[in-house]
Amino acid sequence: MGKIQLTQVRKSFGEVDVIPGIDLSIEDGEFVVFVGPSGCGKSTLLRLIAGLEDTSSGTIAIDGKDATHLPPAKRGLAMVFQSYALYPHMSVRKNIAFPLKMAGMSEAEQAARVERAAKVLNLTSYLDRRPGQLSGGQRQRVAIGRAIVREPSAFLFDEPLSNLDAALRVGMRQEITELHQSLKTTMIYVTHDQVEAMTMADKIVVLNAGRVEQVGSPLELYHRPQNLFVAGFIGSPKMNFIEGAEAAKHGAATIGVRPEHLDIVAGGPWQGTVGLTEHLGSDTYLKVTLDSGEGVTVRAPGEVAVRHGDRVALAPQAAKIHRFGADGKALA
Amino acid sequence: MSTQSTRLAARLMVAPSVFVLFIWMIVPLAMTLYFSFRFYRLLTPERSGWVGLTHYTWFLNSPDFWLALFNTLALVGGVLVITVILGVLIALLIDQPVKGQGMLRILVIAPFFVMPPVAASIWENLFMHPQNGLFSAIARGFGAQPILFLENYPLMSVIGIVSWEWLPFATLIFLTALQSLSSEQLEAAEMDGASPLNRFRYIILPHLTRAITVVILIQTIFLLGIFGEIFTTTQGGPGSASTTLPYMIFKQAIVAKDIGRAAAGGIIAVILANIVAYFLMRGIGRHLDN
Ligand SMILES: Nc1ncnc2c1ncn2[C@@H]1O[C@H](COP(=O)(O)OP(=O)(O)OP(=O)(O)O)[C@@H](O)[C@H]1O
Ligand SMILES: [Mg+2]
Repeated sequence: MGKIQLTQVRKSFGEVDVIPGIDLSIEDGEFVVFVGPSGCGKSTLLRLIAGLEDTSSGTIAIDGKDATHLPPAKRGLAMVFQSYALYPHMSVRKNIAFPLKMAGMSEAEQAARVERAAKVLNLTSYLDRRPGQLSGGQRQRVAIGRAIVREPSAFLFDEPLSNLDAALRVGMRQEITELHQSLKTTMIYVTHDQVEAMTMADKIVVLNAGRVEQVGSPLELYHRPQNLFVAGFIGSPKMNFIEGAEAAKHGAATIGVRPEHLDIVAGGPWQGTVGLTEHLGSDTYLKVTLDSGEGVTVRAPGEVAVRHGDRVALAPQAAKIHRFGADGKALA
Repeated sequence: MSTQSTRLAARLMVAPSVFVLFIWMIVPLAMTLYFSFRFYRLLTPERSGWVGLTHYTWFLNSPDFWLALFNTLALVGGVLVITVILGVLIALLIDQPVKGQGMLRILVIAPFFVMPPVAASIWENLFMHPQNGLFSAIARGFGAQPILFLENYPLMSVIGIVSWEWLPFATLIFLTALQSLSSEQLEAAEMDGASPLNRFRYIILPHLTRAITVVILIQTIFLLGIFGEIFTTTQGGPGSASTTLPYMIFKQAIVAKDIGRAAAGGIIAVILANIVAYFLMRGIGRHLDN
């Protein structure tokens, strides 16, 4: 139940190769997050899996069976859309029951399942309202409710939280994670928000221009990025990249140091001038222009009493330096 | 328009146009009402004197009037049914991505730009004509007798012609409504296991209810007054078989030159229109809100 295997899946819209060829396997019960910059093909990949878009070539297997040419309804997957895509003229109850009604389930069974889903999602008191009379977070929950009543073999989410405000996002993030833990169903979740990716995923798939850059657990991607793209994409603030002589000292074309792995110490090897400082209370972000001309970001814990124009010396933590070759790949 | 003074200003600003519109409406109505109680026949020398309700009772006692009333409602109802059903189907069809979509849409819209007498003439002479018409040629091709449309099925022929003229309007409204349906809703329904037929029934049709309401209301207003098509083709005949209320009023006013009686017919037509409007708004008006 819920194992999805993509083999050499390719998708082009006319001339444009949006996805040049992807191999990916998603295990049963996994929470997989697709991340990548805007326009890299995350939604397209999800829609290919859902069957809303035809593959140009390659195969998609669900639970070991070839599903490449199956219509969406036959794949046993449920999707939650970014715009929720609720049916505006139906009550919440009817919205949630719709897939059951289409499956020809008896009224009593429908009512029981809707009731159960509504309880899980705290929607019981809204069942007779129309989607137009709900808040964004409630609509989101209805969309999820409509997905879970069918008991699909996998859930597909396309940026489900991007229309919500920051506080609600954190709440819904936890709800979805809890839902995953209680249902233990495969979930594929698309986002461009790396905090969502890092906190929710069992496995992150980093996409760039339709290619898989790296697949791994959140901490794997954080600690051992395989290339410059992943190194720069995962982590906030972004990893600092330094090229030239300094990198050559480490035997690499480029070295990367995360802002949190740069310490301000008197007599540190890298000297520079402080530019912008951002005080977050818990951390202080410093933009430092090194004497070699490169700009780096430093994340110092707590409050640091430096001001614009001050001179500082920085020391990278030796074990936390990432080395990359001229082709952008990480060096062992 | 929140404060007292802006609201007052707004009322003052619209007052002149409301006043002009009111005069615009009330003067002809009052004059028609006045003449409907008068003896005013252009062909007789004495044109004065009140006749009370005589004109009205003449209508109500005339068997032609009840036939005309039925014909009017049948014409409106028939055209509405045909244009709404075919309009939805054609809109669904031309909403599909096809090559030459722009051209196709222009072709579908084209009949709306043909003026009614011309449209009626085209149908009468090129399609329904017993000798030269396309339909008779087809019938003969199958070895059958040509159908005498205007003689044997006059009202249905008029309904057909008027439907052809109004179909583009309905199609256009439905097409724009279809285009405002979010594709994600349809995709969600597809993932929910809805067949194409169920998607139409549960997603597309409810989305179209407001457009259908608008089409019904607007078309009813215009269809109640259909005249040119009847005048050009059947002249209300054979006998009175295709005479509608407007055509009957025309016969009284222009053929019989009885202005008083025609005015009474006009007032009856106004009352009929209001009754129809009342039931329409009660029946489907709620679809216009929200
Ligand atoms: N129907 C289409 N026809 C042509 N090109 C398309 C179509 N759909 C998507 N694309 C192109 O495919 C690329 C990937 O689109 P996709 O929607 O998958 O991006 P995404 O990763 O989901 O981006 P975002 O984070 O902004 O949602 C984009 O460059 C887009 O322009
Ligand atoms: Mg997207």
